[in-house]
Amino acid sequence: MSDSKINMVAPPEGVTGEGFFATKLNDVVGLARANSLWPLPFATSCCGIEFMATMASHYDLARFGMERVSFSPRQADMLLVMGTISKKMAPILRQVYEQMSEPRWVIAVGACATSGGVFDTYSVLQGIDKVIPVDVYVPGCPPRPEQIVDGVMQLQELVKNESVRRRNSPEYKELLASYNL
Amino acid sequence: MALETTTIQEKLTSKFGDKVLNFHMSRDIFSFEATPDAIHEVIRTLKVEEDLNFHFLTDLCGVHYPENEVSHQFAVVYHMHNWVENVRLRITTYLSGENPEVNTITDLFLTANWMERETFDFYGINFIGHPQLKRILNMPEMVSHPMRKEFPMEDGGRTDKDDRFFGRTANNG
Repeated sequence: MSDSKINMVAPPEGVTGEGFFATKLNDVVGLARANSLWPLPFATSCCGIEFMATMASHYDLARFGMERVSFSPRQADMLLVMGTISKKMAPILRQVYEQMSEPRWVIAVGACATSGGVFDTYSVLQGIDKVIPVDVYVPGCPPRPEQIVDGVMQLQELVKNESVRRRNSPEYKELLASYNL
Repeated sequence: MALETTTIQEKLTSKFGDKVLNFHMSRDIFSFEATPDAIHEVIRTLKVEEDLNFHFLTDLCGVHYPENEVSHQFAVVYHMHNWVENVRLRITTYLSGENPEVNTITDLFLTANWMERETFDFYGINFIGHPQLKRILNMPEMVSHPMRKEFPMEDGGRTDKDDRFFGRTANNG
């Protein structure tokens, strides 16, 4: 194994001694979650093509512990919304979000998912944050794979530093209630 | 022998008289108008008459002309194609702005089913006799018909769009 090139994630802060390592549960859970996010791609247009490039060998999102793209919302942690969401599609997106189990995160990839983009029109949802809460917005029309990777890394930072109790907090429940979820 | 536009015109005028009018060439397609009460029969004739043989309905769509007089505020445009002779036709029928309705042609062309639903969805034109006249593209909860000119293009709930960047201010200032 001496020529192995496997990169290991650095351990969280803690106290090391002879045969033991002590740290916070929050940090360990955050580390585990951040490095095994299962993405659920919700691709409706060109940003989805960029995501395909991001998943492919050149950019290789699998480096971040995302080898398995989940096409079932019940087994996914990270919803990636890529593309224009029409108002007719909005209830479906909402249903997908509702089917995901906690903890769940959302990345809005590209101008359309973020704000409706150039589609300033009656039939297009003006940003998915009108129907579901969003954690990270990736700008671009469409964003390059590097930008998507950067968005994912931003999300990993969020996940690492999130308290394990956050999903039970009154603030979080209030946030969901504001979306009628 | 190729199918001449004069032949089409003569056949239709002899059968329908003044219910077909305004024959002209428009962008290389022979075009004319038909009154709404005759349109179904005109299209049926074009389809079943063996020497006309317009057996293919290429397109069916609506147009809104709010500035016309009330009886001509809506139009339904039919495009037909004779594949054998490779001749195309454009037939327009004008409908009233207050109560736009016309007979369905789904009994002649099954493809008209979705096209008429789309026209109903966007213009609110009622196709009498259509088997399932409901919205096809927009969300079913919608109450307006968005391609009518009085309908605002923008989404009412938008919060971060600046009209200047969409060419929607008086002098783009």
